[in-house]
Amino acid sequence: MKIAVCVKEVPDPTAEKRIDPDTKRLVRSGENTLNRYDRHAIEEAVRLREGAAPGAEIAVVLVAPASASRTVDKALAQGGDRSVHLADDGLSGSDIVATSRALAAVLARDSYDLIVFGQQGSDAECYVMASAVAERLARPCVTQVAALALDGSSLKVKRQVETGYETLEVSLPAVISVSDAINEPRYPSLPAIMGAKRKPHEVLSLADVGLAAGDVGVDGSRTHVSALSKPPTRGDSVKLEDDGTAAEKILAFLVERKVVA
Amino acid sequence: MEAALLTDAQRDVQDLVRTFAEGEIAPHAASWDREHHVPLDVIRRLGEIGLLGVIVPEEHGGSGLDYTSLCLVVEELARHDAGVSVAVAVHAGLCVAPLLRFGTPTQQAAFLPRLATGALLGAYALTEPDAGSDTASIRARAVRSQGGWRLDGTKTWITNGGFADLFVVFARTGGAGARGISAFVAERGVGLDSGKEIPKLGLHTSSTAEIVLDGFAVPTDGLVGTENEGLKVALATLDGGRITIAAQACGIARAALEIAVSYAQDRSAFGGPIARFQGVQFPIAEIAARLDGAWLMVLHAAALRDGGLPHAQAGARAKLVASRVAVDAADVAVQTLGGYGYSAEFPAERCYRDAKITELYEGTSQIQRLVIARSLLGDAARG
Ligand SMILES: Cc1cc2nc3c(=O)[nH]c(=O)nc-3n(C[C@H](O)[C@H](O)[C@H](O)COP(=O)(O)OP(=O)(O)OC[C@H]3O[C@@H](n4cnc5c(N)ncnc54)[C@H](O)[C@@H]3O)c2cc1C
Repeated sequence: MKIAVCVKEVPDPTAEKRIDPDTKRLVRSGENTLNRYDRHAIEEAVRLREGAAPGAEIAVVLVAPASASRTVDKALAQGGDRSVHLADDGLSGSDIVATSRALAAVLARDSYDLIVFGQQGSDAECYVMASAVAERLARPCVTQVAALALDGSSLKVKRQVETGYETLEVSLPAVISVSDAINEPRYPSLPAIMGAKRKPHEVLSLADVGLAAGDVGVDGSRTHVSALSKPPTRGDSVKLEDDGTAAEKILAFLVERKVVA
Repeated sequence: MEAALLTDAQRDVQDLVRTFAEGEIAPHAASWDREHHVPLDVIRRLGEIGLLGVIVPEEHGGSGLDYTSLCLVVEELARHDAGVSVAVAVHAGLCVAPLLRFGTPTQQAAFLPRLATGALLGAYALTEPDAGSDTASIRARAVRSQGGWRLDGTKTWITNGGFADLFVVFARTGGAGARGISAFVAERGVGLDSGKEIPKLGLHTSSTAEIVLDGFAVPTDGLVGTENEGLKVALATLDGGRITIAAQACGIARAALEIAVSYAQDRSAFGGPIARFQGVQFPIAEIAARLDGAWLMVLHAAALRDGGLPHAQAGARAKLVASRVAVDAADVAVQTLGGYGYSAEFPAERCYRDAKITELYEGTSQIQRLVIARSLLGDAARG
């Protein structure tokens, strides 16, 4: 079985996010790291390899600047066997349309039985990359998977929805995105971290995957940000120091606003 | 601060230990301290993820990283739990390190792979009830017996003593004084018993026990280094060990600083945050600057050791300075929190109790000054 886990490099979530007023894009020049939601995707693939799909090969796939090599190694330390990294200056400025095109082109080079995504990127918070890539590859797609079991050539999945859970069966090859409740990713071991650098790393250019410059980047994107503004500031806020009466004060506040009776 | 100084591999280690400590240690450290709980399961998990084998070479199942990486691990752990950090500092710095430097290939092959994973947890037993700073006066004896050595005596203040599986232990094989001591390594067995846990001011998550040697049998190949030259093994080991204790001190100081900063921003008095008072600001600023200095001294001492250069002086200086910064930082934290600084329900008082140990073990601050002064002043210092 061949599994691809698509991962993203994101700005360090502990650092403050900044938007460049000229480009209207998120500033990515600070510390970057592996999107934390993708750790759940890798963990789930590793659990398949350890359980129902022994010998499965896990490729970590990403579209990111060439400088993302530390992020690639983090993903490999988490359990990937090899990496496929599309790194091309022409990709900068890609939106979901362009990025999904690029990712699909990378994924189409190999015959993956299962393509796994994390539920969202911690930077852009779009939740849609799995669906967009599945559409381009014409594969079935299930998002927000909270539990899965491999059953021959199909996958039984429990999917988190607003009203509860859906249980679905999807035949492979398929694309899924896993929720962050599906597992608790293990800590990578130090030997695995050291070993990650020695795993096969494939770095591709746009030409390698049959894309032209106009297919991606700003030219290949369909979203154009025309203006950005801050959300309106909230009304008066009150900060309470708990001197033992805070609970009463909160209750009085809520009663006054008729939130509770 | 140190990001510009560290290699990618060192940053990887730091990331790993930071994530682990924030997830598995930070949420429990306060209650472990209150309950005097030694979190052995967490120490074993550190072994599973390779953090006990940082300096063990890859051919023996470790990660083959440098001493700087070990210091990063100890510092980061100490930021959350000083007791867990010293368990690792002693295991690696005082048990793995002397085996790497002085151990025979047989000893290395026998113990390093298990030390790397935490299957064996290490301890270092030098101090005795009547011999602390004065290491040359230890009285435990080792006599030759059939198939090896027989050790008798009492060791005290042994970190990891309650649970350790492997002991680097020092005993007298010759006459009185520095020249009659030998170093041994042996697994816990008949004749080696952990005595009582010693109640302490702080460091409640660390096991500190008496070790009673009563006819403890050590095989012939348990001798580390040359017979009667064990004190050299002991002291050379402490030259490196001190750097990890200085790293521990920096971790405790960083925790104290963070506690003081966030409290000063949040606490209001006289109509605004206390952070606007110079009397609150300046002690915090002073600690931040001194901590940077201490941490750079630690990284420098570790870099010297990694480069195979003399590091005894740099290590003694780093420990002298860093341990004082830790004590002062904890004091500033308590002072910044006012009455809450004295409360066992707030974290500053734990730093206050934990910081002091760094001025005592692996050579008191007086002993560090002695080491530094003697090297500067030469024979004149000895009178
Ligand atoms: C929590 C804890 C954990 C420990 N873990 C270990 C361990 O794992 N293994 C181990 O072997 N030991 C361990 N120790 C022992 C520790 O290293 C000793 O306590 C320390 O070296 C001091 O020795 P002492 O307590 O006998 O004090 P002493 O040597 O009796 O010193 C008493 C005082 O005299 C001062 N003094 C002594 N000699 C001089 C001098 N020449 N000049 C100036 N001042 C001097 C000292 O600085 C100190 O202030 C631990 C101790 C503690 C508290």
